[in-house]
Amino acid sequence: MSLAAATIPAPSIEYSQLAPMLIVFGAAVVGVLVEAFAPRHLRRPAHLVLSLGGLATAFVLTCVIAGSASIFANGSPGHNAAMGAVAVDRPTLFIQGTILVLAFVSVLLIADSAQDVSPFAGQAAAAPGSPEEREGLLAGLVHTEIYPLTLFAVGGMLLFPASNDLLTMFVALEVLSLPLYLLCGLARRRRLLSHEAAVKYFLLGAFSSAFFLFGIAMLYGYSGSVSLAAIASTVSSNTGSTTLLFAGIALTGLGLLFKIGAVPFQSWKPDVYQGAPTPVTALMASCTVVSAFGALLRVFYVAFGNLTWDWRPAMWAVAILTMVIGAIIAITQTDVKRLLAYSSIAHAGFILTAVIAASAAGLSSSLFYLAAYGFTTVGAFAVITLVRDPGGEADHLSRWAGLGKRSPLVAGIFAFFLLAFAGIPLTSGFTGKFAVFQAAVAGGATPLVIVGVLASAIAAFFYVRVIVLMFFSDPVPDGPEVVVPSLFTGTAVGLGAVATLVLGIVPGPVLDLANHAATQLFVR
Amino acid sequence: MTMTTLAATGALRYSWLLLAFPVFGAAVLLAGGRRTDRWGHLLGVAMPLAAFVYGLVAFFTLLGYPAAERGRELHMYSWIPVGSFQVNIGLLLDPLSISFVLLITGVGSLIHIYSVGYMATDAERRKFFGYLNLFIAAMLLLVLADNYLALYAGWEGVGLASYLLIGFWSFKPSAAVAAKKAFIVNRVGDAGLSVAVMLMFAEFGTVSFGGVFHSARSGGSGVATALGLLLLLGACGKSAQVPLQSWLLDAMEGPTPVSALIHAATMVTAGVYLLVRSNPILALSSTAQLAVTVVGAVTLLWGAIIGCAKDDIKKSLAGSTMSQIGYMTLGAGLGPAGYVFAIAHLLAHGFFKAGLFLGAGSVMHAMDDEVNMRRYGGLARYMPVTFVTFGLGYLAIIGFPPLSGFFTKDGIIAAAWDKGGTSGALLATCAIIGAGLTAFYMTRMMLMTFFGKPRWQEAGPRGGAEPRTGQPQPEPHMAGGSGGSSPRASTAALHPHESPGVMIWPMILLAVGSIGAGAFLITGQRFQSFLSPVVGVPPVSHGVFTTAGYITLALMAAGIVIAWAMYGRVPVPATAPRGSLITNAARRDLYGDAFNEAVLMRPGQWLTRLSVYFDGRGIDGLVNTTAAAIGGTSGRTRRVQTGFVRSYALLMFAGAGLLVAALLVVRL
Amino acid sequence: MRLYVPILVLAVLAAGFAIFSVTFGALAGPKRWNKAKLESYECGIEPTPAPLGGGKVPIKYYLTAMLFIVFDIEIVFLYPWAVTFNKLGAFALVEMVAFVVAVLIAYAYVWRRGGLDWD
Repeated sequence: MSLAAATIPAPSIEYSQLAPMLIVFGAAVVGVLVEAFAPRHLRRPAHLVLSLGGLATAFVLTCVIAGSASIFANGSPGHNAAMGAVAVDRPTLFIQGTILVLAFVSVLLIADSAQDVSPFAGQAAAAPGSPEEREGLLAGLVHTEIYPLTLFAVGGMLLFPASNDLLTMFVALEVLSLPLYLLCGLARRRRLLSHEAAVKYFLLGAFSSAFFLFGIAMLYGYSGSVSLAAIASTVSSNTGSTTLLFAGIALTGLGLLFKIGAVPFQSWKPDVYQGAPTPVTALMASCTVVSAFGALLRVFYVAFGNLTWDWRPAMWAVAILTMVIGAIIAITQTDVKRLLAYSSIAHAGFILTAVIAASAAGLSSSLFYLAAYGFTTVGAFAVITLVRDPGGEADHLSRWAGLGKRSPLVAGIFAFFLLAFAGIPLTSGFTGKFAVFQAAVAGGATPLVIVGVLASAIAAFFYVRVIVLMFFSDPVPDGPEVVVPSLFTGTAVGLGAVATLVLGIVPGPVLDLANHAATQLFVR
Repeated sequence: MTMTTLAATGALRYSWLLLAFPVFGAAVLLAGGRRTDRWGHLLGVAMPLAAFVYGLVAFFTLLGYPAAERGRELHMYSWIPVGSFQVNIGLLLDPLSISFVLLITGVGSLIHIYSVGYMATDAERRKFFGYLNLFIAAMLLLVLADNYLALYAGWEGVGLASYLLIGFWSFKPSAAVAAKKAFIVNRVGDAGLSVAVMLMFAEFGTVSFGGVFHSARSGGSGVATALGLLLLLGACGKSAQVPLQSWLLDAMEGPTPVSALIHAATMVTAGVYLLVRSNPILALSSTAQLAVTVVGAVTLLWGAIIGCAKDDIKKSLAGSTMSQIGYMTLGAGLGPAGYVFAIAHLLAHGFFKAGLFLGAGSVMHAMDDEVNMRRYGGLARYMPVTFVTFGLGYLAIIGFPPLSGFFTKDGIIAAAWDKGGTSGALLATCAIIGAGLTAFYMTRMMLMTFFGKPRWQEAGPRGGAEPRTGQPQPEPHMAGGSGGSSPRASTAALHPHESPGVMIWPMILLAVGSIGAGAFLITGQRFQSFLSPVVGVPPVSHGVFTTAGYITLALMAAGIVIAWAMYGRVPVPATAPRGSLITNAARRDLYGDAFNEAVLMRPGQWLTRLSVYFDGRGIDGLVNTTAAAIGGTSGRTRRVQTGFVRSYALLMFAGAGLLVAALLVVRL
Repeated sequence: MRLYVPILVLAVLAAGFAIFSVTFGALAGPKRWNKAKLESYECGIEPTPAPLGGGKVPIKYYLTAMLFIVFDIEIVFLYPWAVTFNKLGAFALVEMVAFVVAVLIAYAYVWRRGGLDWD
């Protein structure tokens, strides 16, 4: 081999186009420095400034990039930055913007320490119930690492849907997952449950990553490249082993479907959503899902866009299973966070119906649905943090009985979120469902939509059941206390509610934005 | 003569402000909570006033356009513009809607001002203003909508506001029950309207006024008749027309400003607005038109008879409202001949009836919330301003020339007279008899309240005047002074007094409207030429005096004389006499509730039981089986969720195998 | 098929080495048993008797292992860069410095938070 003799062209990197991700990662790295050198009492404020400021700056930069003429000059769909590793195009920017806003709201929840102290364990390493733990509590130890961890995760989420080759995508997947595994185990209350969630998430996540990597290897074997565009061109030139190709599609698809929680790769979701600290659950249920859908859309639209007829039947099956199983199992849930986890599975199925359409309409409706669903989810989990027992959040549904009588405003807002999940008109949920089903019908997937509507009907049943429980049951004696939200949580709930309402009544501008983002699909 | 609808330009581009003002007020007052208690009522008054000022600007802007270009549409936004599905929501400003806007915001503002005084000692005054603003917003949406869907949204909104305000003193069981009753009876009407909207969407694929009217012309008379009857059902509910009239009398449980604004001047006239707005549909179906006129004629007599027998001043006025709206409905059924007069009567009625209700409120304010007229008497001396303004309202409603009612009501009677044929004769007869009855019960009310000997000292302890319920018992903590609730002092200690200025001035302004509105609108055909682009031109035009008018005047005089003979010449007993069969029937709302109970409730209960039986066996059996099956499936499926990470991994592994197999099999 | 020949050769060589060293060690080595020699090797932890609940392994081991991996990987990146340093020029230098700084920040964190103290 003549490696030494060959000249290696120095790669070029478009820093300005990658600025949002760089800012978030940079803020995370600075956050680590804060952890290392700042005195303890200054850490939380410093992290707050860094995280919120970093996310806000990144969002502004995303908007600036989306508005910049040079990238989209002459009708170009976008640009492949960093030697083709990272795509900068409109759908990606829409997704990244959504993630940044939702992450901002999630960080507000994470930062809320007005109730007792913080939703996070003071000292994660101390065994639950041990003397060390008590010592740590008395000493007032607080983990402020959650902020840099969150930022690392968000950075990974930004990169995940933007990755234009599979290796970058894998790295992004790991960057977003590893901090989340840790964050899941940091709950202050019910720590064993939280630890269990973290370990399960880690094991299964590693398992799925292995499949993903295996799939990448097969696709590399098929096309000799990990770049999505190169795989697509190999597909069109019809060379290479189709066995490798289809096994590769299945296994990379598995890795992505795992992250969105599609059946049969959903098992981690309820356990993890229940065990994780609620603000982290909010982050996972909104940002991670948005990011994973972004990556799924990119891989299936760009690399496998010419193979829709081949992967559609399998995806149909997955979508149907996801919608139906998510909705059905949710019925017998008694824990509100598990309930929302199953609801999130069902919603993943609804979005899949639009993904399967493999059209601009499918893309735009998915984008809209993701944004709408993300806001409602963050708001709903924010409400959950407010309903408390002496031992922490009152997650068991029986504790929510009669909440509407005790605290009509909080129960009313939660009921509103549930109605949005159920897809009742004048909420964002209706608009989103309408859009994805419309796209699915236009894509010829009418049976899928029929299943979707039936699953929505089943799902509506358990949402309404919670509402009935809250408003028409007698309050339980010594029921949970509804704490007055702090500024942070209040803002999160308010933003969620306003977005849910506005996207239900005046969805036009955001729909236009999503349509505009989707007209040219992804850059290749 | 048709009118083209153009895009709103200039000042009209800001017509969304009309909605924004009251919405803002309601949002601040209801979300702001106790923090806004101190200045809440001021904001509550400012918002409708601001809307009124903008309404005037819009009105004069419209006047500045040529008559054919006075329909101006402001596109607000498209709801869910996905694919071919599109619902455009916009505001329509035209002569018809701007008339309503001015009525709603003008009279509304006056009543808001009046409420500042009336509710002064109520602990919940801020909330009251929040609801009132909410009502104004919903009512404006109702009349400004350029399509039936948005109109329906406003329609439900005013229903909600009405429900909240009737039950405002919900610590009184009677108020809570009345609110519920109003809500439920209105559901029947609302169902009619909602089915109509669905029918339009199914038949014509649009719900916008222009689109529906255009398509209806080619849609055949069957659809038009169905639509007309469904819209009439909706109108009956909202406007308290027979057979959905029964809620209005009970709705008087609400605070008197509410009765004046919602249950006299504006909301109850929404049905008439709906019918007049839908005139192109009614024009296509003579059946529907006939049904409208019959409902109007029956109701105008029905309400008048109830008004004759009630001793409760507000209920008597409520009967009168029902009757006057009956006139408007009658006018709305007469086609282009009646539309102008129906709307003119509606506007004039808005003035004089609101004035009468405010006067009644003022009397109640003075009489410690006593509503039984048999315990009034001789009040003219104690409250001269109320007496004069109430008196002017009285003259206006009985149609005394040249006050408002004379012009507008006689227009409707003349239009019915002109219709000709048996139906025309019958309708005109009903309308003329109704005018006589109106004169009778209104004179009776005047005499019992303001003339004769004061009866409030001689009476014993209060209560029992109404055969319906006992006196409401207020909660101890709700020591609302003028809150229509508290018999706090014994009647012997009563000192009737004139109301404060903030209550007087709105009454005076409304009295001015009662005097002049009719003449202003009708003489010189001002209103007719203004409104004709929307509703068409009457085929025959009259002078002020017609044959029907003379007969009406004669009957009016007879009514006054009879009333004087019964209540002015002889002293009024402080307790109600046994009364004749008809009187007793009228006292019990002409058995409206009994009718509802016998014809609707009992069979309804039987039907419910029957359907519950079949439901349990058949439909529910199916539904329950499905639910049980799903629940069982759920219970079984969730066992997959073992909690063991090893079985999750196994599941994933199996899934991976299946996925790979599925993709490879497809390829084969 | 010729592609796989080197792999086969490597496999044979590896197997041969393993078999040779174990067999030769067993034949040639002196046999003086003691308790420690008979135990299976577990990085200094006594494998038997198995403590209740799996026992506790000091978390320090894991910390050390993780730190080792961090610097190990750093070297993996540094080595190829060093080989081609002249060809890649300033761009790669800047990127590499950024990379080393990032690792150093992690190092600083570990150091400041006591990750390097054994006790």
